[in-house]
Amino acid sequence: MDFQLSEEHLMVQKMVRDFVQKEVKPVIQEWDRKQEMAPFILPRMAELGILGINIPVRYGGQGFDYITLGLVCEELEAGDSPLRVVMSVHMGLNSMALLQWGTEEQKQKFLTPQATGEKYACFGLTEPGAGSDVAGMKATARREGDEYVLNGEKMWISLASKAHHALIVARTNPDADPHDGLSAFIVELDRKGITTGDIHGKLGMRAGSTGYIAMQDVRVPVENRLGEEGEGFKIAMSCLDNGRYTVAAGATGLIRASLDASVKYSHERKAFNKEIGQFQLVQQKIAYMVQQYETSRLLYLKAGWLKNQGVRNTRETSLAKWYATDASFDAASEAIQVHGAYGYSDEYDVERYLRNSKGGVIYEGTSEIHQLMQAGYALGYRKDADLRCELPAYDAEYWQAEG
Amino acid sequence: MKIAVFVKQVPDSAAKLSVDNGAVNWGDAPLVINPWDEYAVEAALQLAEKHNGEVAAISMGGEDAKEALKHALAMGAGSAMLISDAALANADAAAAAKVFAAAVQKLGGVDLAIFGKQAIDSDTGLAPAMTARVLGWPALTMLAAIPALDAGAKTIKVERAIEEGRQVVEGKLPAVLSIVKDYAEPRYPSFMGIRKASKAEIPVWSLADLGISAPESKVRWTEISAPPAREVTSEMVTGANADEIAAKLADLIIAEGVL
Ligand SMILES: Cc1cc2nc3c(=O)[nH]c(=O)nc-3n(C[C@H](O)[C@H](O)[C@H](O)COP(=O)(O)OP(=O)(O)OC[C@H]3O[C@@H](n4cnc5c(N)ncnc54)[C@H](O)[C@@H]3O)c2cc1C
Ligand SMILES: Cc1cc2nc3c(=O)[nH]c(=O)nc-3n(C[C@H](O)[C@H](O)[C@H](O)COP(=O)(O)OP(=O)(O)OC[C@H]3O[C@@H](n4cnc5c(N)ncnc54)[C@H](O)[C@@H]3O)c2cc1C
Repeated sequence: MDFQLSEEHLMVQKMVRDFVQKEVKPVIQEWDRKQEMAPFILPRMAELGILGINIPVRYGGQGFDYITLGLVCEELEAGDSPLRVVMSVHMGLNSMALLQWGTEEQKQKFLTPQATGEKYACFGLTEPGAGSDVAGMKATARREGDEYVLNGEKMWISLASKAHHALIVARTNPDADPHDGLSAFIVELDRKGITTGDIHGKLGMRAGSTGYIAMQDVRVPVENRLGEEGEGFKIAMSCLDNGRYTVAAGATGLIRASLDASVKYSHERKAFNKEIGQFQLVQQKIAYMVQQYETSRLLYLKAGWLKNQGVRNTRETSLAKWYATDASFDAASEAIQVHGAYGYSDEYDVERYLRNSKGGVIYEGTSEIHQLMQAGYALGYRKDADLRCELPAYDAEYWQAEG
Repeated sequence: MKIAVFVKQVPDSAAKLSVDNGAVNWGDAPLVINPWDEYAVEAALQLAEKHNGEVAAISMGGEDAKEALKHALAMGAGSAMLISDAALANADAAAAAKVFAAAVQKLGGVDLAIFGKQAIDSDTGLAPAMTARVLGWPALTMLAAIPALDAGAKTIKVERAIEEGRQVVEGKLPAVLSIVKDYAEPRYPSFMGIRKASKAEIPVWSLADLGISAPESKVRWTEISAPPAREVTSEMVTGANADEIAAKLADLIIAEGVL
């Protein structure tokens, strides 16, 4: 057992932390108030190489391992959750699916520009009428010769209005069992028949982009289908194994930010002639945040380690995601409590942390869905069947070679 | 063009300093590359990019100074070397300058030796000028810009940031430079640079490797003490309107003798 991060890990962590501190922290409150994603975020993340961090160099990425991806997400969300959401959808839910399921042509055509950051990517699974119940989706893809014709609407899609490529899941066989009748496609969002837009008035993730993708008779060549026809449900679930990993790591960063803010304020604020850190009831809050941070971190790093080894980690990733997001909501709420009335104002960061943290317990499997999964595994009702394409284990030599 | 850039590993600026048993203690604060040296590395890299040069980063210190060198490598420096020798334990600025000059000479063919403005631990800011003196090169210090450099003709024109404003100076290469914040925001290490740096084996030079004997330090720290804690009181100035507050504030400033 080795708990030591490598020198490479530590240097990447510091680099991303510096980026967040210097460029994001000073302006994030302003963009959160405006309810807009700062226009510099995506190009800057692309330029710095963050958008391709764990993709092999031969596909335009930076060639780091899956643990590095987790560390990056922790640093990003310690600044603002929408930064990490970028990595969840662009990397976890889309680019990693291409790495796992894509043909060589699809990797060249879609993955490479995504890893270099020339193109941004998103993930369209949820619909107005179906979220947790993925198999209940309505969107259809009808085969016509060498093309599919897509119809339907995807809702609550992060980066819908910013991305160039979307991984869309739609029903190809209405007669099959709902789980077997779905297929996945990489859809360029400038195709005819697509409209996208943003949703406003969200509780949190205000400096991020969440929107919809409406598809009316959108024609997509067969080459854009990811995996086999009918494999869409399995692909979507495998995407979530990676997306949830980024969410777990990010939530860990949110807990750390709540903890750091609370420690700082506990030293500064005086009540009853003492700094409030001296009160045992405040100390208890800090102690829980430390516990939540360390536990979440161990859980996501273990999932990242399993990914590096090429071991299936649906169960471990679900546990990390469930625990870390619930804990981040709790930690952010207690951080407000420590700040008293000041925590209730957007002059301080902690109220934003709470609003953002609520997203984490909803997307990529609500906490309830993860409870069902964990109980299912424990009771033996749930088993993971092998996939036709597993996420490749991290192989430094292959990842770092020029190709 | 060959550029040597000097970097030092120092305690983080957020460190809480104390004096324990006559020695400075910065607790468990992390060690980082001296922030001023990041500007020096940035200047070195920009000059190298513009004039097709190579950058070698040099540090003097213990094993942990390799981290500062790795930071410079990750930013883009081509090579790095550490000068480490037990005889350098309490070297003062003049002794260090002799070592730096010897390192520049060992590298050979150096056109520019670049330093940060000062190191945030000892804060003397003497290294650039003293190294220039030992080398017999011009010292062009506190540079905010380098508007012209002709590597062929070996000439350089610089803008120094001085209290009165900017001073434009022309000089000849080889030269020793020190860089201030206005020069340019230092770049982050790149991911590819991080990979290269984490794999780099950094050579360690002893005084014997430099071909010099231990330089004598003239300065000794006879006593170290922490400055007395300052009592700060704060007062909120209130009033019916901005004019009234401003008037009260002005009175207070005059009464306190601040102006
Ligand atoms: C900020 C944000 C960003 C998002 N980004 C994306 C994105 O990029 N791509 C994408 O595809 N989707 C995205 N989503 C959508 C998200 O994945 C869904 O909201 C989520 O899956 C839940 O689905 P739902 O909202 O339809 O809720 P429902 O599924 O309708 O659930 C409502 C409630 O019922 C509970 N429930 C449902 N089924 C069960 C059950 N079997 N047992 C017990 N309880 C149950 C749920 O836990 C929940 O409490 C995003 C959502 C948000 C808020
Ligand atoms: C929306 C809103 C409306 C309000 N309206 C009014 C109003 O109309 N009139 C009015 O007078 N005030 C009002 N307030 C102020 C409110 O009453 C105070 O915020 C509250 O009393 C807490 O004080 P504080 O914010 O200074 O926090 P602090 O007292 O600084 O507390 C900070 C943290 O330290 C903890 N703490 C403090 N002392 C101890 C201790 N001895 N032991 C353990 N823990 C301790 C607190 O529980 C808290 O977690 C309002 C506040 C809000 C948010």
